[in-house]
Amino acid sequence: MTPKKNHEQWDLRIRPNSPLFDLHLKDVWNYRDLLALLVRRDFVSFYKQTILGPVWFFLQPLLTTVMYVFIFGRLAGLSTDGLPQPLFYLTGIVAWNYFAECLTKTSSVFRDNANIFGKVYFPRLIMPLSIVVSNLVRFGVQFLLLICMLGYYAFFEGFKIEVNAYLLLLPVMILIMAVLGLGSGMIISALTTKYRDLAFLVTFGVQLLMYATPVIYPLSTASPSVKGIIAANPMTPVLEGIRLGLLGKGDMSMASLAYALVSSLVILLTGIIVFNRVEKTFIDSV
Amino acid sequence: MDHVIEVSQLSKLYRLGEIGTGTLSRDLHRWVARAMGKEDPFLKIGESNDRTSKGSGDVVYSLRDIDFSVSAGDTVGVIGRNGAGKSTLLKILSRVTSPSTGEVRIKGRIASLLEVGTGFHPELTGRENIFLNGAILGMRKSEIRRKFDEIVDFSGVERYIDTPVKRYSSGMYVRLAFAVAAHLESEILIVDEVLAVGDVEFQQKCLGKMGEVSKGEGRTILFVSHNMAAISTLCRSALILHNGRIDFTGDVNAGIERYVRSSKSATGAVDLANARHHVCNFSKLRSVTLMDEAGVVTSTLFIGKAFSLRISFELFEDIRNLEIGWCINNIQGVTLVGYVSPWEGFQTRFDKGSHEVECTVPFLQTLPGTYYVTVWVKRMGERIDDEVERAIEFEVLSRDLNGSVTYFDKYAELNTFQHSSWTQINSLSS
Repeated sequence: MTPKKNHEQWDLRIRPNSPLFDLHLKDVWNYRDLLALLVRRDFVSFYKQTILGPVWFFLQPLLTTVMYVFIFGRLAGLSTDGLPQPLFYLTGIVAWNYFAECLTKTSSVFRDNANIFGKVYFPRLIMPLSIVVSNLVRFGVQFLLLICMLGYYAFFEGFKIEVNAYLLLLPVMILIMAVLGLGSGMIISALTTKYRDLAFLVTFGVQLLMYATPVIYPLSTASPSVKGIIAANPMTPVLEGIRLGLLGKGDMSMASLAYALVSSLVILLTGIIVFNRVEKTFIDSV
Repeated sequence: MDHVIEVSQLSKLYRLGEIGTGTLSRDLHRWVARAMGKEDPFLKIGESNDRTSKGSGDVVYSLRDIDFSVSAGDTVGVIGRNGAGKSTLLKILSRVTSPSTGEVRIKGRIASLLEVGTGFHPELTGRENIFLNGAILGMRKSEIRRKFDEIVDFSGVERYIDTPVKRYSSGMYVRLAFAVAAHLESEILIVDEVLAVGDVEFQQKCLGKMGEVSKGEGRTILFVSHNMAAISTLCRSALILHNGRIDFTGDVNAGIERYVRSSKSATGAVDLANARHHVCNFSKLRSVTLMDEAGVVTSTLFIGKAFSLRISFELFEDIRNLEIGWCINNIQGVTLVGYVSPWEGFQTRFDKGSHEVECTVPFLQTLPGTYYVTVWVKRMGERIDDEVERAIEFEVLSRDLNGSVTYFDKYAELNTFQHSSWTQINSLSS
């Protein structure tokens, strides 16, 4: 039983280090059924043993909208670009929630799944991907709610719908949100396995980031001194773009959207590389 | 024969102590060393992984320069004491963690059962969990659907298949989980002591299924267990790990023999200097030594064989009515049998000084398992003067008795047995 040197075809070689750009994407494809089942699991287990069940998908953004209308709209009197306040806030909340959920869930993926990761091998990338897809389902449901609300305002409040060609860019914007949330989440998740402190910063950081994104205010009202900073945020064109397409008011140019797309893809690539490096040994340090 | 697994120069390094404190400075240190073209400073101070001795470095090799290969269709039992590196090896082979140095080459699909029921979600039904767990283990949906009935049938929980698994008893849970895993289609199967759970009937079923898998379907199996009986029935060859290195590869029976012998002398002689003693007014126990019938110091004994215990003690004065005694306790602490020197007419007059006595038992009555020896000395009819509980731990194996092993395991509530003779008096057959 001594190893002999031969040059046969091996299906798998386990080595300490793999090439930087070996992203296991083929492996991920082979496990696509797992992705589907994980999404189903998330969806089903979300409302099991709750009385309201899937209604929670609607309730949470609605309640947040009511709160925002009260605090930012009435008390603080922030501008909404002349749009009805509930519509303005709900659009921001639905979009922001999707990004924020992707980011926070992905950033703790190693800790949340340490048990499974420590026992079975499957392409680790499946887990963050399943998070993004699960949340996409939720985003879809909430987007329907937004459409309903829009319909209500059009019929009963006389709001003039200005849905325009920019709405066709919606898939691109969703892609940017998903890619950005996934990418930055994976970078953070890789770092948190070593430096646990970061985990505490994530929720806080996401909250701060929300204020640096035009969620509760339109970009047009931002003072020129901070506008540059806010515009550098790749989420800014996404939120402005969705409002522009759906409600007819928003401050987005194709150049800014292209910038957001490119920067989020760069972040995603960095994220995957970092993630793949960490996944090999993280189980020793969790 | 074709090799399906080849492992060369495989090492795995672990950092001891608390991870997370000082890692930043250590990372910097490492990074600087690497940038200057030097070897990683923390790779050099690694030492072999012996959990019983406290090393000076804070990095240990859990595996060190492992070389072996496995042929197609072979069943290999991986044996070793706790901390020998078995689990690390399995983790590397199943790609849960990656090695520090070296390479593993594998041919074919590999499936590992380091734990059954990984990824089971309590809220989902048995049916949903079969699919989810199967997919986690690497099965395609169509494959699971094809085997679904077989899996349910094997698990024997058909009635509850649409109940959330959180309502399952732990036994049912494990049955279902093992059933999924057992139906994986892979060329190589890695199994880590998952059989320690479930009732005896199900354990037998699992062992049977694994035997079927290896013999009937010609799959390659790596099996880790402390249960020598299971290893000897299931495996053809053995791989012994000792402190992260390979100690033996080859035939399973020779392997078990060697392992059992090597675990002898390890703890067969115990110095009682650091043990908890009793009042010690006139005496102190110094050491105890357990020996098999050949006089070899050991902590592993065989059922039905002779063995002896040596007791060393010191007396601070002359004693005219000394009693030396010891007894065997099981792991629950129940005393099973005791041996007392005056009962056998042994001398009771001892002078001040050091003494060593040996007590031989012609026939070991305890059933396979782990037991402890408690030793004491006292004046006859008076209170105990010195006593050490759990002075020595020993393992009883049954391999030498009629070659049958698992027979004893079924009676977990029995501790001892005696030989008896059986005769048929009557028999009416119709």
